[in-house]
Amino acid sequence: MSANFLDRIRAVLLAILLTAAFAMPALAAPFEDAVAKFANDDFSDTDEAIGAVATSGNPLAFPIISALQEGRLSADAESKKVFVTDTDGKIIDAATGAAIDKLPDGATAVRLNNRLRRTVEAALGGLTLASPDPAKRIAAAQSVFKSHEESALPVIDGALAKETNKAAKAAFTEARAAILLYKPDATEQEKLEAVAVVKAKGDQEAMALLTGLGSEVPPNVARAATSAIAAIQSNLAMWSMVQNAWYGLSLGSVLLLAAIGLAITFGVMGVINMAHGEMVMIGAYVTFVVQEVIRTRYPGLFDYSLLIAVPLAFIVAGALGVLIERGIIRFLYGRPLETLLATWGLSLVLQQAVRTMFGPTNREVGNPSWMSGAFELGQITITYNRLWILCFTLAVFAILLAMLRYTALGLEMRAVTQNRRMAASMGIATSRVDALTFGLGSGIAGIAGVALSQIDNVSPNLGQSYIIDSFMVVVFGGVGNLWGTLVGAFTLGIANKFLEPVAGAVLGKIAILVLIILFIQKRPRGLFALKGRAVEA
Amino acid sequence: MTPHFLTRSLDRSASIFILVVAGLGVLIPLSNLLLPAGSMFQVPTYLVALFGKYACYAILALSIDLIWGYCGILSLGHGAFFALGGYAMGMYLMRQIGSRGVYGNPILPDFMVFLNYPSLPWYWYGFDMFWFAALMVLVAPGLLAFCFGWLAFRSRVTGVYLSIITQAMTYALLLAFFRNDFGFGGNNGLTDFKDILGFNVQADGTRAVLFLLSCLALIVTFLICRAVVTSKLGKVLIAIRDAESRTRFLGYRVESYKLFVFTLSACMAGVAGALYVPQVGIINPGEFAPGNSIEAVIWVAVGGRGTLVGAALGAVVVNYAKTVFTSGPLAPYWLFMLGALFILVTLLLPKGIIGTFNAWQASRKETQLANAESADLEDGVGQPKPAE
Repeated sequence: MSANFLDRIRAVLLAILLTAAFAMPALAAPFEDAVAKFANDDFSDTDEAIGAVATSGNPLAFPIISALQEGRLSADAESKKVFVTDTDGKIIDAATGAAIDKLPDGATAVRLNNRLRRTVEAALGGLTLASPDPAKRIAAAQSVFKSHEESALPVIDGALAKETNKAAKAAFTEARAAILLYKPDATEQEKLEAVAVVKAKGDQEAMALLTGLGSEVPPNVARAATSAIAAIQSNLAMWSMVQNAWYGLSLGSVLLLAAIGLAITFGVMGVINMAHGEMVMIGAYVTFVVQEVIRTRYPGLFDYSLLIAVPLAFIVAGALGVLIERGIIRFLYGRPLETLLATWGLSLVLQQAVRTMFGPTNREVGNPSWMSGAFELGQITITYNRLWILCFTLAVFAILLAMLRYTALGLEMRAVTQNRRMAASMGIATSRVDALTFGLGSGIAGIAGVALSQIDNVSPNLGQSYIIDSFMVVVFGGVGNLWGTLVGAFTLGIANKFLEPVAGAVLGKIAILVLIILFIQKRPRGLFALKGRAVEA
Repeated sequence: MTPHFLTRSLDRSASIFILVVAGLGVLIPLSNLLLPAGSMFQVPTYLVALFGKYACYAILALSIDLIWGYCGILSLGHGAFFALGGYAMGMYLMRQIGSRGVYGNPILPDFMVFLNYPSLPWYWYGFDMFWFAALMVLVAPGLLAFCFGWLAFRSRVTGVYLSIITQAMTYALLLAFFRNDFGFGGNNGLTDFKDILGFNVQADGTRAVLFLLSCLALIVTFLICRAVVTSKLGKVLIAIRDAESRTRFLGYRVESYKLFVFTLSACMAGVAGALYVPQVGIINPGEFAPGNSIEAVIWVAVGGRGTLVGAALGAVVVNYAKTVFTSGPLAPYWLFMLGALFILVTLLLPKGIIGTFNAWQASRKETQLANAESADLEDGVGQPKPAE
């Protein structure tokens, strides 16, 4: 009951404020008097001050009220002066806008209670409906859409008439429709039109608005609302499919990135590299080191840190890969199970080495500005870092494919894969090709680490969380086939994300593992198995 | 000459092994119980439990050696069977707590009360009876291994593929057992045990008996493994290990042999887990971690795959080293050493301790024989042949 009552007060107040904001000319002296009331440290005086300031039309009104909301408005009770500390820490005199060096000793933050917080919100809403910034106007219109307070109608109508921005106009129209829908004395025609507008909006809020419509509406409107709800539901279901598909693509790109290096070492060379995950981890730590150096020496280069880290990670992980191949793996060719054990031991050593050097806790790796943030596409939100990783993965895949196809090393690698002895007879230095192939696979794992550092915790255990998934991808896609790895990664990613809402994250993952185990029974060599003699090699 | 010598030496090492295990199994509990505390020869109780743990690990290692050393199946998921056996025993021990738990519920274990279970899940029925739990110790891992093996061997999943899907299997179980609503205590697992068959699990006497039983189980497992590998069946297993396709073309049903030995091995691992749980006092999903299974494989590799005695020896040696190094100032370096052990053993000591020792003895004997022959011939033409 009381919440309802407060809402109504707020609505009335809002209406007054809004009407005033558009109608009243600015008056200088009352504004300063009103501001001074903030210094009285009395809730009812503050209430009056908010009302007066919000209706003043003064350009300082918005900074003052928003500072009040965020606790940045302070007042000196003795001198009756009020100050705004803005988000950068700069201080101005609230009444005059003059800059101040420091707050007086007696200044304390202006206090608010819950009732006043509502008033502040409403005042801000009113101020922002008339804000010169279209984004703020849209946000204000959306909050009116949610509250659908009848009292806001005249202001919305006024704003709508003046509005030139297309998006803001649409937001105002929707807000108006929401109000009309809930206005008891609106005509049936108006209400039907409103339903159509809300239906066109088609998101979760629109649905909540329509479902909240009581039984006291005319039957025609109720019918229209019901069909609109159904339409919105199917629309939302489609968008949630799109969202799942997007999440799946994103997970798939991460899996592909982690598995692609493995596809080379395991697929092309037949070497089980259990230390592959550690190469990914080392790539992530290279990113960390690069960012540390940039932070302390050249802070301006921060946005380029990933561009610097990618080649470095490739070189570090690749060189390590060549060392591993020369030092351990070449003695174990033809003994895959032993290779598996030796590289597992290597992964323990690498993990512990990184733990000793960088400590066991997560290290902070930042997003460059072009990778942070998100944008809206229809009803879904797409974050830039996921989008970039998807593009990056596809680029790495394409480069790798081109490399295998068109370069001399690629040709030699394929020759050695298909028939080692024949390749050797043709004069290819197979042991050199082995070392370079392993280095290439490891280097790509290092690059994957740079990308994964953007979305995962950089800790010594980073690699372990990817190793089983990566093997699943390679085995599922079919060994020795990069396209198989691509299809495998995206299939697993999407399947995982579609199972998640149904079964929950952990059960979904378990289901995927079980499905892969069953799948391998059917096709022991993966989706795209090599055929012919290569199978026996 | 050589095969005859080798079989005899294996027989000898087998009987030495049984004597040593039996001797320790009797002497250690006796010294723990009869000698006064503080005496030089008295084995403290914590060491009895520790040695008991080693015995369980040795059983696990034997079960892995049976399939890896003699049939070429490298399972990276044997920890799962070990843990399943452990959970079966843990469930029995949980039911034995009864109303002595924190919440005092006579039927539901504490974690179920805590998680608001209305009643006992159906798969917990029967675990208040020891014989049923003991049966489940064999059945749960055996059944899983049978189903898994039936699918895998029939469709001829071999080599590293099999290794990877066994790892996926234990990883899936790890994730499942971590869930609270799976009904096995979630993250915390099963713990806080009170008594087993009416005896207090913490008491010195119980621990001594559990140790004795572990040694007994180790001997029995060893004898079963010996019986399997020296029988005709064992010869077929070795044939499968060395040339699977050829064995199949000779008319043997390779998948049946593999399935039998895989299931048997899983049951052994389950027994090891069941003996392990009352001695360490806890079982939690961490036992399913893929790392544990791979570590168990390295015990076998260190001791010598395909030697049985070596597997048990490797388990004890590696775990003793682990105990020593992880408790001292060298603790941060243990993973380096374990990792190096993996690499060095596969590179330099592929036959393991026992295998290398056997080969060295065989070559020495052969050298002696060759020398004797050449001395007889008095012309020194006969060179010592390198041993196999």
